[in-house]
Amino acid sequence: MKISSGAVRLVIPAASLAVLLAAVFYMQPRAMSYTGLNLLFNLAVPIALATVAQMLIMAVNDLDLSMGTFVSFCACVTATFLQASPATGILIFLGAIAAYAAIGVIIYVRELPAIVVTLGMSFVWGGLAVLILPSPGGAAPGWARWLMTSKPPFVPMAIVASVVIALATHFLIMRSSFGVLIRGVGGNVRSVERAGWSIVKVRAAAYALAGLFAMLSGIALVGLTTSADANIALRYTLLSIAGVILGGGEFVGGKVSPIGAVIGALTLALAGSFLSFMRISPDWQIGAQGAILIVVLAMRLFLNRLEKREKSR
Amino acid sequence: MNAHRLLLAKPWIWSFAATASVWIITVLFTGGASSLGLSQAALTFAAFSVIVGIGQMFVITLGPGNIDLSVPATMTLSGTLALKLMDVQDSMILVGLVLSILLGAIIGLGNYALIKLLKIPPIIATLSMSFIVQSTAIWTNRGLRIKPPETLASFTTSSLFGIPNVALVALILSAVAWLLLEKTIYGRWISAIGQSTFAARMAGVPVDGTRLVTYMLCAVLASVGGYLLASFSGGAALNMGAEYLLMSIAVVVIGGTAVAGGNSNIPGIWGASLFMFLVVSMLNTYGFGAGFRLILTGLIIIAVILVAGGRRSTR
Repeated sequence: MKISSGAVRLVIPAASLAVLLAAVFYMQPRAMSYTGLNLLFNLAVPIALATVAQMLIMAVNDLDLSMGTFVSFCACVTATFLQASPATGILIFLGAIAAYAAIGVIIYVRELPAIVVTLGMSFVWGGLAVLILPSPGGAAPGWARWLMTSKPPFVPMAIVASVVIALATHFLIMRSSFGVLIRGVGGNVRSVERAGWSIVKVRAAAYALAGLFAMLSGIALVGLTTSADANIALRYTLLSIAGVILGGGEFVGGKVSPIGAVIGALTLALAGSFLSFMRISPDWQIGAQGAILIVVLAMRLFLNRLEKREKSR
Repeated sequence: MNAHRLLLAKPWIWSFAATASVWIITVLFTGGASSLGLSQAALTFAAFSVIVGIGQMFVITLGPGNIDLSVPATMTLSGTLALKLMDVQDSMILVGLVLSILLGAIIGLGNYALIKLLKIPPIIATLSMSFIVQSTAIWTNRGLRIKPPETLASFTTSSLFGIPNVALVALILSAVAWLLLEKTIYGRWISAIGQSTFAARMAGVPVDGTRLVTYMLCAVLASVGGYLLASFSGGAALNMGAEYLLMSIAVVVIGGTAVAGGNSNIPGIWGASLFMFLVVSMLNTYGFGAGFRLILTGLIIIAVILVAGGRRSTR
């Protein structure tokens, strides 16, 4: 039986999610229901979207340290402008996506370190968010609220949304020629350039797409929380990077996996619930999350070694 | 033409030029009344950024992907534990310092153990580590605010010949770091690793040992920074390290250290640290709100990197 390397890449994230889920079910059998699953994975939807956005940036060998502040900014816009006057809100979002595309181009043209430029941008988005919503507040647009709280039959919304996100991005990144180009830029810029493609355009598109997904993340977040504040999603920067890595993505080389990224995001979201079921003192919650991250990565290393040993035989 | 080449050869000049102009603008706005106070405050706060920035610089010099995200958590834990151990007794000051150095060494060792044994990228390894360290800090802190010993508190807040003591400490540490970087085999090794790890290994450089020492050095500096900061601000707070995550990276890069590694720059860290503090205080003097201040800070970081950067990378 021949398994593609992409599928192997997915085995570990999927297994870790399954193990974690089984542990949660074991400790709290009542979680094994429609409502239980929805509660467990509800907050995973915006994290999954932000993780996909981060994955797009990592596909072209960059890293976006402004993801958390940008999602916060989008959440603030959603809770204010998009809710009160949709036209203005959409204009702001288009401007923000254009800004993302511009950043992608500037980083390439001027050969700047992406970490620093996005670090600078994180101040800018954070400042804009504070200007829009100096204190927590705002309201969710009715349709966002409806979408995030709707109850499809049999399968909770959180699961449906995650599957839709995973499949949509899988086709976009792994199956379309555009996706091949993005990953190609991450793998070997020069060969893509020699083949006659415009690197500037590909990078602009990758960044714009990342901006779009981050925007959706902000909207989904407000749909769940019904209000926003300027710091609502700050931890998404680190969560999204960890999600991509947990999902089998790499920092360089255009090696990313959209399905893996979504699974990684779900795993991170579930880790939080798992810890509260374990009755771990709140003091150690963050630390235990770090420990889970380490354990999963250790497992990945172990399986990778096993796989290599099989191959060399 | 010559001046142009000099500028390119010494990228840190940019950060000092920017610092000087921001200083002049701020002092002009306040009519020269604040020049002494402003300079002292700038030196004091820049000192903390310099101390953690030097550690981060050593790590970044190791090459692409090397970064230490556990700096803020290390600062917090070190400040918390040291103050708790010293328990307001002057006789324990040195013991506290030793504890914070040891703590830094352990965290650095842990960081590199994760990187090496689990083969995970430094950014994730140090991130996971910082979660654990932060949790330990939360657990030990328990919302108590213990005051630093009298002598230590007055040492960190007073100055010698008009120069704040913490700035002097930072200056000594920078001098040592400069010697380490420019005059010792260790400094050559980390530059070599940053330029090409493979070539360095082939040339017989003990790559793993050097990287281990570097991560430990960074954590120790962060730890000492936390010790001083907690003493300076009259007690440890759980979020005291937070702003130093971005700050430590920003000062390194604005200061002209190559992000691709293999090239570092200590004077630049001073320029960048002073610059970052002065920008914020300039915006404060002009009476901007928090939102505008953040936006302008971000735009200025990007502008500086646009002007100073754009050097052809060696990759």
